[in-house]
Amino acid sequence: MNDTELRWQRFEHKKVMSLIKEKLLGHNFLLFVTVALFVVMYIAGLFVYKDKNFGNMQVFLNLLISNAGLIITSVGMTMVLIIAGIDISVGSVVAVTCMMLASMMEKGKIDALPAIAIVLLFGIAFGAIQGWFIAYMKLQPFIVTLAGMFFARGLTAVISLEMITITNKTFLSIAQHKMYLPFGGSLNKRGVMIYPYVYPTVAAALIILVLAFIMLRYTKFGRSIYAVGGSEQSAMLMGLNVKRIKFLVYIINGFLASLGGVAFCLNTTGAFVELAKGFEMEAIAATVIGGTPLTGGVGNVFGTLFGVLIKATIETFVSFQGTLSSWWSKIIIAALLAFFIILQSLLTMRKERQR
Amino acid sequence: MKKSNIKSKHIINHPLFLPLVCLLLVLIVNLIQTPSFFKITIQNGVLYGFIIDIINRSSGLIIMAVGMTLVVASSGGTDISVGAVSALAGAVCVAVLGTGESYRMPYIISLLLPLIAGMVCGAFNGFLVSYMRVQPMVATLILFTAGRGIAQLITGSFILYVKPVQFQYLGSFLPNVPIPTPCFVATFVILITWLTLKYTSLNMFIQSVGINPKASHLVGLNSKMITFFTYVFCSVCAAGAGLISVSRTASIDANNVGLNVELDAILAVAIGGNSLSGGKFSLFGSVIGAITIQALTTTLYAMHVSADQLPLYKAIVVIIIVALQSPEPKRWYYMIKSGISSGRSAREAN
Amino acid sequence: MKIGGEILTMHHISKSFLGVKALSNVDFTLRAGEIHALMGENGAGKSTLIKVLTGAEEFESGEIRIAGKPIINRSPQEAQLNGISTVYQEINLCPNLSVAENLFLGRQPQKHGAIDWKTMYKKAKEAFEALDINIDVTSTLDNYSLAIQQMVAIARAVDISSRVLILDEPTSSLDDSEVEKLFSIMRKLKECGLGIIFVTHFIEQVYKICDRITVLRNGELVGEYEVGNLPRVQLVARMMGKDFEGLAEIKRHEAGTEEDNAATVIEARGLGCTGKVKPFDLNVSKGDVIGISGLLGSGRSELARVIYGADKPDTGELKMNDKKLDIRAPLDAVRSGIAFLPENRKEEGVIGDLSVRENIVLALQARKGIFRLLGKKEQEEFTDRYMDILKIKASDREAPVKRLSGGNQQKVVLARWLLTNPDFLILDEPTRGIDIGTKNEIQRLIVNLAKEGKAVIFISSEIEEMLRTCNRMVVMRDSSKVGELSNNEITQENIMKAIAGGNAS
Repeated sequence: MNDTELRWQRFEHKKVMSLIKEKLLGHNFLLFVTVALFVVMYIAGLFVYKDKNFGNMQVFLNLLISNAGLIITSVGMTMVLIIAGIDISVGSVVAVTCMMLASMMEKGKIDALPAIAIVLLFGIAFGAIQGWFIAYMKLQPFIVTLAGMFFARGLTAVISLEMITITNKTFLSIAQHKMYLPFGGSLNKRGVMIYPYVYPTVAAALIILVLAFIMLRYTKFGRSIYAVGGSEQSAMLMGLNVKRIKFLVYIINGFLASLGGVAFCLNTTGAFVELAKGFEMEAIAATVIGGTPLTGGVGNVFGTLFGVLIKATIETFVSFQGTLSSWWSKIIIAALLAFFIILQSLLTMRKERQR
Repeated sequence: MKKSNIKSKHIINHPLFLPLVCLLLVLIVNLIQTPSFFKITIQNGVLYGFIIDIINRSSGLIIMAVGMTLVVASSGGTDISVGAVSALAGAVCVAVLGTGESYRMPYIISLLLPLIAGMVCGAFNGFLVSYMRVQPMVATLILFTAGRGIAQLITGSFILYVKPVQFQYLGSFLPNVPIPTPCFVATFVILITWLTLKYTSLNMFIQSVGINPKASHLVGLNSKMITFFTYVFCSVCAAGAGLISVSRTASIDANNVGLNVELDAILAVAIGGNSLSGGKFSLFGSVIGAITIQALTTTLYAMHVSADQLPLYKAIVVIIIVALQSPEPKRWYYMIKSGISSGRSAREAN
Repeated sequence: MKIGGEILTMHHISKSFLGVKALSNVDFTLRAGEIHALMGENGAGKSTLIKVLTGAEEFESGEIRIAGKPIINRSPQEAQLNGISTVYQEINLCPNLSVAENLFLGRQPQKHGAIDWKTMYKKAKEAFEALDINIDVTSTLDNYSLAIQQMVAIARAVDISSRVLILDEPTSSLDDSEVEKLFSIMRKLKECGLGIIFVTHFIEQVYKICDRITVLRNGELVGEYEVGNLPRVQLVARMMGKDFEGLAEIKRHEAGTEEDNAATVIEARGLGCTGKVKPFDLNVSKGDVIGISGLLGSGRSELARVIYGADKPDTGELKMNDKKLDIRAPLDAVRSGIAFLPENRKEEGVIGDLSVRENIVLALQARKGIFRLLGKKEQEEFTDRYMDILKIKASDREAPVKRLSGGNQQKVVLARWLLTNPDFLILDEPTRGIDIGTKNEIQRLIVNLAKEGKAVIFISSEIEEMLRTCNRMVVMRDSSKVGELSNNEITQENIMKAIAGGNAS
């Protein structure tokens, strides 16, 4: 291709012109709203719940501790929403993961680590089946994952109708292993320096978050996910294997849902049929509130982290309030989800009208 | 000979043929399992038997399936909030009547208020779907979780009981009537819907909007309004089913009323021969579908499958039906077929 | 760079769909460093030829050579490897990604296994600067106008492979200055030795930028011409299938009333819709059959849609029978007695799964509302009557309309509107894709409707049938109304001159 080379040489001799930034209220608008919302809520919490030490580092870390599983699952959900899909089976997958873990360790006498490996493989397989139906059979993701949701919930009940409490020592030692931070400590009544701590699940969640961020930003596959979400047709014409990309995203999502389940299980150290009911909506809400629209093509896992934090802060408020039923947090989150969905819808409609 | 052939083809092509075959199949399995399956006796002045039980228990589902059919037809999407809405309606009903020895408010209000609550839920769903253009499942997902939460708030997370015995009339039997009341209610809903569809142009409009919203709009139909209406109607149906369910047990357990019923309702529509991508629909297909599912549920119970485990099997059925409805398997079939024949012709050409 | 040797030759290309010839023995030659216009009306075979060239469709016989080497493209990707890239009117890029990413998607520069954003942005910036485009390559594509998006698509196409560039109607949605910009880029690429195939229906633009023109009609090659040797009117004549010199005056049928004092039914003042059709004035009187003529994309359909309210007008006003009309949705138009037969029968006309009967009564029913259902008997009577009048051939009135042939489907849509007894009918390409017999029937019907005192707007890409039926003609070019001819002025010559525009010598 001599022509090309010639042209490239010519290009390089052209003078550089100045660039104009037009990025004002683009895709980052939603993310901006989310972060602002969290900051406002947090500052409000500092004042309102001053007596309950809301500003304490450990209270903040508890937000992460109780939601490590949700963070991991929501990262998967973020990718699914970016390719303009959806997965409402994650709550049930978390439940069945917990139940399998509990059952294997307590009834099957399988040790913690192999049990964890098995459930992660199950998650991958589950994601692969759903992904196959969606990508290659071209079924609506809603219907497929709705069926997946009921399938996994039913499977949970098939494994055990009774609640199983986990007593496996390895598992519990992982669950209760405190990782102290080297800073942010405070003196307790006896004058001993207490450092804030997190559990391994939080570390895992943050690692997943960073890995997902790197994948989405710095790999060809990650960028392909965005391309497919932006326009499947275009992505195909630009030479991407759209079906394979969708399939892989659902596999990753299945894996992350089961990993989220493992983290969830480390928190609850037990399993029962009704576990993690409504978890799928929490994951979708966290993702959508975190600035990933349902229409696909846009999204950021750090936004999702803020979505989870908002959800966690609402829960903390409700529990600090003391008199409110825990159902309130679910309703508030649903309302917030509705608000963000409407906001997104209005934004897209405005954009369409402009054209 | 030839004439009978044409006739049998006509029967096979009838939209209700497959749903009826499905129902028949399930019934035969039941008959083999329990020889006394079709036996109907009278005990304590009311009809008693497996068949009666199935029809009785399927009433709520039938009502929901009727609403769901219209939602699917007009929008090509499904309403997954029906279970939660029925729990919410049940909670409102019990909250109105109170848990005392006598009703706190007139009974009629305990029927109207829940239905209005259902209407509000439906309006919310419909608003999101038709005016905000949110995908139906996401729109209804919000109430799917929040609806039950609101129900819990109303009941204070307790299981509440309604004491007056008349309360159970709706869910069981009216005095001196041998047929369960839910059957009447279901029949009433089917009739009202059927008559409305028959004597107004809604039938044509809903199908038209579901098949080709663009052309419908150009012909002068208010596509958005029609879709909106179907969601309101569907939620009112769900609320009605919730009332029956509450009356049946004379109590409200917001966690369990209408649990997993959204899958059953969708399944009923699909088994009824209706395409989940909208358009043409058959109301009676969905009714038959609902009865089939209740019969299937009864069968599975008889096989010692617990209520919590049921969704596993139903999910598999859903995915099979949906996969068969999708054009992709057909395309593969033709591709393989034409691939073979074109390969052959190429060889012949050589 | 001067026009060089032949880089692409297509020889005797034939292709048929389901037994219908879409291309027969078409030859096409493209030289390096030339811009070659490919022109033709609907169904001429332009898009089929492009599809064959890009590997989107297979061809049955013939040969394609790139720089003398025979090639076969099985997919657009393969065509790209062979040096043929296409930029479509519908931009096939991802609006959510940055400009730079759209340029490099799938082949992003990498460093240590990770995407090297810095290099990517730098390279993208250079690529655009070379084309004299100044944009922020880090910004997402949807921040930019369609024109810029198109240029990004061109940059991507050129960057991947660089011998033949196909521009498929790139200017349809661009304004004048954007077109100018696009042209300057095209000239630049031409200088670099690219061969550019320019598919368009804007005659002005062809004369501005192209070197040669190839005209297709009905899947056959009409001819290849140097731009300088082919006057505009001649070009229009060749596209429309009339030899200009041999044009005899075709006598127009006595259509419509010739009275000047007939009551005005529709009066549009400055009606327009941004981006679709520029503001226009139009008067339609009782008994008028007004033809709207113009090439595809000239705004003829858009004009009709704006009057009906299918696209909401944003300027001007519309009066019907001297009363101001405020059309917010098509239903308002239907209620005031306007009927609209859309151009795209399948997507906007018939409701495929509904029966013939339901399709016919739908508009009347929509007008009557939900609660006043037409009786079954009445519906059947109406259906039978119109199936009879229009000679609709269907197995029975309950057959799904999608099983009918195109012509019969069109008649069903016509019947739907006739049933509402409208005062004013807008018929957008009612005769497209249907057989000659039916075409004649529809033309006769239009004339009869006008005789009954209805007002009709008739749009067609076949001038002849409009000559036969219309008593006035509105000529559209580049989204605006450029002229109106009435009675004796309506000749093929005048119309073509008006369509061609410029100094049509």
